[in-house]
Amino acid sequence: METPQLNSLYQQLILEHYRNPRNKAELEEKSVEIHMANPVCGDEVRLQLRIKNDQIEEAKFVGQGCSISQASISMMTTLLYGCSLADAEILAECFTKMMQGDPDAAKDKRLKDLRALQGVSKFPVRIKCALIGFDALQEALKTYAKEENI
Amino acid sequence: MTTATFDPVMIRREFPTLEQAVNGRPLVYLDNAATSQKPKVVLDALRSYYEDDNSNVHRGIHELSRRATVAYEESRAKVASWVGANEPSEIVWTRGTTEAINLVSSAWGLDNVGEGDEILISVLEHHSNIIPWQLLARRTGAVIKYIELDEQGRWILDELPHLLTDRTRIVAISHVSNALGTVNPVKRVAAAAHEVGALVLVDGAQGAVHMKVDVKDLGVDYYAFSGHKMCGPTGIGALWARRDLLDSMEPYQGGGEMIHFVGRDESSWATVPHKFEAGTPNIAGAIGMGAAIDFLSEVGMDAIAEHEHKLLGYALERMNKVDGICIYGPQSPDEHSALISFTLGDAHPHDISTILDSEGIAVRAGHHCAQLAMQHFGISATARASIYLYNTESDIDRLIEGLEQVRSIFA
Ligand SMILES: Cc1ncc(COP(=O)(O)O)c(C=O)c1O
Repeated sequence: METPQLNSLYQQLILEHYRNPRNKAELEEKSVEIHMANPVCGDEVRLQLRIKNDQIEEAKFVGQGCSISQASISMMTTLLYGCSLADAEILAECFTKMMQGDPDAAKDKRLKDLRALQGVSKFPVRIKCALIGFDALQEALKTYAKEENI
Repeated sequence: MTTATFDPVMIRREFPTLEQAVNGRPLVYLDNAATSQKPKVVLDALRSYYEDDNSNVHRGIHELSRRATVAYEESRAKVASWVGANEPSEIVWTRGTTEAINLVSSAWGLDNVGEGDEILISVLEHHSNIIPWQLLARRTGAVIKYIELDEQGRWILDELPHLLTDRTRIVAISHVSNALGTVNPVKRVAAAAHEVGALVLVDGAQGAVHMKVDVKDLGVDYYAFSGHKMCGPTGIGALWARRDLLDSMEPYQGGGEMIHFVGRDESSWATVPHKFEAGTPNIAGAIGMGAAIDFLSEVGMDAIAEHEHKLLGYALERMNKVDGICIYGPQSPDEHSALISFTLGDAHPHDISTILDSEGIAVRAGHHCAQLAMQHFGISATARASIYLYNTESDIDRLIEGLEQVRSIFA
């Protein structure tokens, strides 16, 4: 018997992204690259962004991990193309709130496909998996801002 | 109890944690290699120490301190006979395996390992039997060499004559692998190590748990193990060491309890093993570990080993029939301790673990603190089901059902 919670976790869209991750490749010209790892479980990602005029032109990643982490990063990168740095920050904040169980954040249309991951918020030990890509994104935005200011 | 009366269902009733539902299903606990559950007698021993005898050991002249000291030292004697030590003074209490290994790498290592000396370990080791040696190597300029693994996760010993040289100071190896379940040929390696004058430390965290251990028969110099994996409390474990080694080693930590006389410039040390036990120890833990040993002895280690072996055979047979499963480690139950490390199709081990958890089945997913072993197989993680005396065939049946559930979700 499949429990309903499990259904909400392993949606087809998530499994589809897990099996066919988008933007999983090395970026040739990158403005910033961040490596994030979760030493507890071994999830790992290197997120690479090409940024021009405060806009993300390209986003790619390499790494390994569970279906949740891989699907989350894959979906995230698709939304980053043409996204302003400010909007990318908002996206990360909104997704993080959804993972913390905020029902309004979960309704935010800007999250698009990422809303399929809402069910993860019911599995406390898996939230970190969903967030690893966004943690990398936030770190990348910070690093980029610092480097640009110098 | 004898083999004839060994009944896991009865034994199970001694473990309060096991009598609960998780996510609406009766708990199936198959994460014993991480830590075992605790029988009532152990919980009672902890309670009775705190309720009746609580006081510091080796300090007070009063009655409570006397009782606590007696119980504490009796436990040491039980631990000593558990691994076939010559005398209780060969047992040093530690927080667990990790601290026991760190004790040796520091207290023995810093005085006996120098630049260019060699430390031999295996690719199969738990991080707690890798990192202390890397730390030592970094401080002393010693070199770490590795026993490599074959495709079933067994040590490749053909190279042993080349790996052991007159510079080898210590060989630090696990009795049983927590990542793959391999039972390692420790005795053979120990004999070869001694021929070149190296000492041998055994990480027994997964060894003393499932089998009778006789350190003299193994022919080793140090044996480290943890209470919490063998029905005892967390935060307690032991280092067995040859008495002459303990006598010759400098203390590990300084503080109360470990001194003979303290002067302004120079102090002298208490006798072994107290020399290595600075500060107030985990008294309750030590007493609890003694109670765990009594419990396991009463059930009988031979009976436990036989039960686990049978159950492992059953589990291997059933799991091998699950479509898409890949079992790592030795394929024969005879080279295998009671744990099975596996992956299933393209389901990531974390996903396997989450799905099993939703069915009330606890397994471990990850690198099991054995990243070198994972790297050997070119993977980052496995799922691991580990068996103990209270597991039954029906636990394995539930696991198989759970794995079918994983397959249907990741179809
Ligand atoms: C083979 C092995 N070595 C060492 C350890 C470390 O034991 P502890 O965490 O009790 O110190 C473990 C337990 O995780 C283990 O399985």
